[in-house]
Amino acid sequence: MAGARRRKIALACLLGFLVLLPPVALAAGEPFYVSLFTRILITALAAASLNLILGFGGMVSFGHAAFVGIGGYVVGIAFVHASDGTLFLGLLPGTVSGFVVLPLAMIVAGLVALPIGAICLRTTGISFIMITLAFAQMLYYLMISLRRYNGQDGIAVWQRSELPWPIDLDDRMSFYYVALAVLLAFLYGTHRMVNSRFGRVLRAAKDNERRVRALGFHAYRYKLAAFVIAGAAAGLSGALLVNSTGFVGPSYLEWHRSGDLIVMVVLGGVGTLFGPVLGAGALMLLEEFIPELLNGLADGLGEHWKIFLGPILILIVLYARRGLMGLVDGSLGGSLLRRLRPEPPPGKPPRRRR
Amino acid sequence: MDPLLLIEQSLNGFQLGVMLFLMAAGLTLVFGVMDMINLAHGSFYMVGAYLTATFVGLFDSFLLAVVLAVPLAALVGVVVELVALRTLYGRDHLDQVLATFGLILFFNELVKIVWGPVPLRLTPPEFLAGQVELIPGAPYPAFRLAVIVVGIAVGAFLWYLIGRTRLGMLIRAGASNREMVTALGVDIARIFTAVFALGAGLAGLAGAMAGPILAVEVGMGEHILILTFVVIVIGGIGSVKGAFVGAVLVGMVDTFGRVLLPTTLKLFLDPSTADGVGASLASMAIYILMAAVLFFRPRGLFPAHG
Amino acid sequence: MRSLILTAGAVALMAATPAAADELKIGMITTLSGGGSGLGIDIRDGFMLGLEHAGGSLGGLETEVIEGDDERSPEVAVQLADRMIERDGVHIVTGIVWSNLALAIMPTLARNEVLFISPNAGPSALAGEGCSPYFFNVAWQNDNNHEAMGQHVQNAGFERLFILAPNYPAGQDALTGFQRFYTGEVVEELYTQLGQLDYAAELAQIRAAEPDAVFFFLPGGMGINFIKQYEQAGLKDEIPLFGPAFSFSQDILGAVGEAALDVYNTAQWSPDLDNPANARFVEDFVATYERIPSLYASQGYDAALLIDAAVTAAGGDLDDTEALIAAFETAEFDSVRGDFSFNTNHFPIQDFHLRQIVQLDDGTLTNRLVETVFTEHGDAYAQDCSM
Repeated sequence: MAGARRRKIALACLLGFLVLLPPVALAAGEPFYVSLFTRILITALAAASLNLILGFGGMVSFGHAAFVGIGGYVVGIAFVHASDGTLFLGLLPGTVSGFVVLPLAMIVAGLVALPIGAICLRTTGISFIMITLAFAQMLYYLMISLRRYNGQDGIAVWQRSELPWPIDLDDRMSFYYVALAVLLAFLYGTHRMVNSRFGRVLRAAKDNERRVRALGFHAYRYKLAAFVIAGAAAGLSGALLVNSTGFVGPSYLEWHRSGDLIVMVVLGGVGTLFGPVLGAGALMLLEEFIPELLNGLADGLGEHWKIFLGPILILIVLYARRGLMGLVDGSLGGSLLRRLRPEPPPGKPPRRRR
Repeated sequence: MDPLLLIEQSLNGFQLGVMLFLMAAGLTLVFGVMDMINLAHGSFYMVGAYLTATFVGLFDSFLLAVVLAVPLAALVGVVVELVALRTLYGRDHLDQVLATFGLILFFNELVKIVWGPVPLRLTPPEFLAGQVELIPGAPYPAFRLAVIVVGIAVGAFLWYLIGRTRLGMLIRAGASNREMVTALGVDIARIFTAVFALGAGLAGLAGAMAGPILAVEVGMGEHILILTFVVIVIGGIGSVKGAFVGAVLVGMVDTFGRVLLPTTLKLFLDPSTADGVGASLASMAIYILMAAVLFFRPRGLFPAHG
Repeated sequence: MRSLILTAGAVALMAATPAAADELKIGMITTLSGGGSGLGIDIRDGFMLGLEHAGGSLGGLETEVIEGDDERSPEVAVQLADRMIERDGVHIVTGIVWSNLALAIMPTLARNEVLFISPNAGPSALAGEGCSPYFFNVAWQNDNNHEAMGQHVQNAGFERLFILAPNYPAGQDALTGFQRFYTGEVVEELYTQLGQLDYAAELAQIRAAEPDAVFFFLPGGMGINFIKQYEQAGLKDEIPLFGPAFSFSQDILGAVGEAALDVYNTAQWSPDLDNPANARFVEDFVATYERIPSLYASQGYDAALLIDAAVTAAGGDLDDTEALIAAFETAEFDSVRGDFSFNTNHFPIQDFHLRQIVQLDDGTLTNRLVETVFTEHGDAYAQDCSM
């Protein structure tokens, strides 16, 4: 099919671009773009992990940033104790070893996701959105109350996690490829998972949970497993993000951030493998460059950049139906055509009303 | 605690609840009828407050300002509905979230360009500026009593409108079976626009009534938006009664959380830890409430229909 | 392959070297959109006026100010700092309003040896053991204005105080600072929520506690909410209200109106401070922006003058960071607040004044000087700083 071929070519271009970016950017004397894209890749990991449950499992979590924050705090708290030589809870010493903190961030985020998922997954639809928000807000206020770790101010992490040679997170190129490798590994894992029996049950449960149950599968367990995996991946993203920004604080867990992740997934294309990557890239690049572009047009215009970003988002929703992946598949014209016709787009059942 | 203080704090909690209800009524209506998540509800609230402040400055009359500001906020709602949102009714909730999130960004910046970044001034009208001594020794601000009155009036109006009028009947019918209503020859699009205008007008009214108590500033809508969603989800989406009960519950839990938690914790913890943990637990209280309600009653306390 | 990458890296390094040495690039990272943007815009406008008064260039170098909107988010601030340093090659960063943002960007700035001239945020975490050679504060240490108010309340003979602040580090700094100089009884020390809207419950507690006076630190919208509600509850005439300048700065006065009239607050600056630099600043600020400058605007203005003086003293050499830091430490400029010098921890030593809110003939509210509370006042953390 032409669409599938186009998609393959587009993805090959994207991969080529991502692999070649650092040497080219450095050769062009623009090291900033390496750091920027490192951050984009890390954020894309968080968005992709949300997409695993949102896109493939139909679980719209409005609290996903909480797991990013938990992962970040693992790195931050380990750093605090490593730098002042104290013990965490009087038991554990701190460390800046990447071999310890990065897996630990995943484990802790996954362990936090387990009970939260166990409770939240008893609800569906808008209730699920709001109950995940509720737990994220609780964790947010918990972080604010941690005076030992500076409450609202958060932790300035002056030292990046140490990994064995040749990986050095202080080297921007090295850090970039670590982020790229982690993201690609997660996407590959997602691909395998989604096409396994596990994934089929998950996707079937999204469309019709009752039928899945009738077939003898415990949809709840599959969804919970996906929720925990997504939480752990978000935790890893948080751990990497702290290394990139040198800072972790309650703002990592704010509801805005969860909203941003949802926006990225929707923007890129819900339930597509590479959609979240495109979505994260598009949103972050828009935020990065609209102000500058505007300042170029007229002095002081950049200050008002959000008055342009807002309508851009609306236009994307109105005209690019399956997000940017939809555009990649060449369905812009198609979606315009469909808009003129009353029926829903093919292949997607009309949303059932409550 | 002193019983009189307890009564006073209950009144405070109730009043906070009514203020939240003013905001929640419009949101739950739009959500319930059109199945539409409208994050821009907070923007209409902000516009209502800014317009009221502007008209008070022009005409020096709070009542006149409210009378002008509320229909204008509704008009802004109609424009937004016609230009951007009406195509989103049948769409996925996520699309609606993304589009109305875009609207928030747009309106915040628009308001900043029109009115400037500095918060505006809006005070209660002269005749409501004083206090009334309802509880001995605790004079209560007259304007807050006015908020309670307006909130209850809005609740009664909506109860009458939805339960007792032809428009209300069509709204209920449109909410539960859109195709059927259309088949009966009713222009459902017009009804939806009308409901959206009503929702925006109610948000504008909430802004006008909250403006004299709270800061009229850019972004004021988001401060209260999440709280409002908590309220309507607890109450049951689409139910005005639910919104009222949810709002009062949230108001009470928030108020008493702030009052009781730090003091209680000081009995067990050292004062500095108790302050920090207490303040955080107080912030968490309403979310714990919401999680509990959703866990036991996923569709809220008063599910609207079906 | 490795050597190719190394070569590419070397080319990059050469290309990324900051622009010609006779150009000064300043990164202005501040809050320009959303809540709190009033403060950021004031700092930016003050700074730009300072730049104009310095003749359009600082330290005799062609000056470019690169603006970035931090949206009050620490992550965005870090991202902007990154971009301005790595791509635009800024020499100095300024503009940040909030303490948590200042703390967040410090690792990035220090790693790149770029100076941060804070026109506002002065957290205790950067004043004591955690002080950094790359950080200078041209406003105050967070505790200072609260300390001054503590001293005033103590002097004025109040004996039973109800004190409150939001539950975050700057709030804890505030109440600690206040109690460093106020030694009377504190009937209640209350931490409120960040971004709290309704204070009815707290006001009832205040009334029930029957204190002599209330001290509060609630910046921005929280302060507006509180002051309005305090007045509406009829408490203003019963229990006097005291706060630092942040609770009664120009941007808040317009919004709260007469509810703030006659109230006392403390600051290092006031629009009517009598010195030529301040007279020129206030007059030209009003002429340019058609509003009375706030405390924040004065700090932004001083940041520009400080940079001008320091870069001039360093002979315009921006590459020798150590010499530049030394030049900042001893820089002399005509601050709009009068005498100013840096302490060993790069925080100011300066006077603090008591101000009162008055109404001008045209109805605008503004601050008027009453008396000086502290002269040449430093902060309590400098002794822990090893610089």
